[in-house]
Amino acid sequence: MSKVAAELKYSAEHEWIASDGAGPTTVGVSAVAADALGDIVYVDLPEVGATITAGETCGEIESTKSVSDLYAPVTGEVTEVNTAMVEDPAVVNADPYGAGWLFKVAVASEGPLLTAAEYAAANGGEL
Amino acid sequence: MTEKSQTENHTALYGEHEKAGASFTDFGGWQMPLKYSSELAEHHAVRNAAGLFDLSHMGEVWVDGPDAAAFLDYALAGKLSAVAVGKAKYSLICNADGGIVDDLISYRRSETNYLVVPNAGNAATVAALLAERAAGFDATVRDASAETSLIAVQGPEAEAILLTLVPEAQHELVTGLKYYAAVEVGINGQQLLLARTGYTGEDGFEIYLPNADAPALWQALLEKGTPHGLIPAGLAARDSLRLEAGMPLYGNELSTEGHAYSAGLGPVVSLAKESDFVGKAALAAIKESGAGVTTGRKLVGLKGVGRRAARGHYSVLKDGATIGEVTSGQPSPTLGYPVALAYVDVEHAGLGTQVDVDLRGKAEPFEVVALPFYKRQK
Repeated sequence: MSKVAAELKYSAEHEWIASDGAGPTTVGVSAVAADALGDIVYVDLPEVGATITAGETCGEIESTKSVSDLYAPVTGEVTEVNTAMVEDPAVVNADPYGAGWLFKVAVASEGPLLTAAEYAAANGGEL
Repeated sequence: MTEKSQTENHTALYGEHEKAGASFTDFGGWQMPLKYSSELAEHHAVRNAAGLFDLSHMGEVWVDGPDAAAFLDYALAGKLSAVAVGKAKYSLICNADGGIVDDLISYRRSETNYLVVPNAGNAATVAALLAERAAGFDATVRDASAETSLIAVQGPEAEAILLTLVPEAQHELVTGLKYYAAVEVGINGQQLLLARTGYTGEDGFEIYLPNADAPALWQALLEKGTPHGLIPAGLAARDSLRLEAGMPLYGNELSTEGHAYSAGLGPVVSLAKESDFVGKAALAAIKESGAGVTTGRKLVGLKGVGRRAARGHYSVLKDGATIGEVTSGQPSPTLGYPVALAYVDVEHAGLGTQVDVDLRGKAEPFEVVALPFYKRQK
């Protein structure tokens, strides 16, 4: 089963973004990252209204075994955070590309991003 | 040092782990299952039902001969000669400076025969040290680690699961087996060494057996255990379980740089033993100095006030000044708050002391609490 969703774009730091071209862009972490982290127990996100900068840390994600920085895949203003996910971070493991999304951004510019195929190849996987 | 250079050792159960979809990690020179699916689910299974562990990376060293007891009294910090046949004892093997080379469990199998179980990463070192220290004693030291597997069943359902594989005539041997005791019993059609020991804070058993027989027993325990809620559990769950139970892990809390008195293991050291043992003079001097009581640092439990967990090597602060270091830490799956073990200066080690832990540049409040963090209801 593929751990990379074909319709998304990815940062090298394992965030995904989904943009329909109109509304804000949704940001999450890939299944590759969620699996590697283990069971996620705490996610610290930027606040709504905060400006994040592509390539810089904007939060952290903590599992039972480790803690990792979250890197902003895009530059822009945070318009919404997934409060249901913050309450129950296990949803990031269960559904990283769906209910486990992290936050939404009004994107000013994108950082360097990979296509799903490039991201899959970089992580030894296939689409 | 006789460190193992290969990091690709596989236990006899490696194929079973692969079949079960385990993710692997290198531990003590072995490729071991870190988790099978969710380490949290595995943790909760052990607390609420049962978990099945492959511990075949642990060492097994047999000590045999008329002087076996006297020799272990000399080689280890505890008084092994006082252990009754059939019982086990937690002990330390120290160097001449009192530093901890390993923590281990020794099972007395007869008047003249013991099984000593060191940690995986230290097995070769311990076997070599024991062989060296045996000079002058009428006792032989045999490292059986490579040919011996160890399977643990841990959790409140462990006994019921095990009994399904034991002939009814021998059930009392199992139900009557005390904590830290071992017995030979028929399991899955073979006479095997069964110990009521563990590293999880739950009731449970550890079964020693030849490598060739391990896969069949693993499969049988899985089959019989599944209806009881048993699932295979990896090292991630093992670590979170032992941390909740306040048990030290060699390499985190214990090392040659530390000693028993700082680690809260003073009672494990038998200075009252009439005979000499390796490290005795140094440990007597350390105890006399008040280390871990009136001076130096002491191992304590920390409970997080917030949600963020302390991790190994993070600094412990009091009023901004460093007063200690975290050795293990993570969110406690059972208790729902962060827990950690840390060495802190004795003047800040009192129960209820408010301290901070430097969580990547941000001071987060923690409180010194009694160990263990978790104790099962009996």
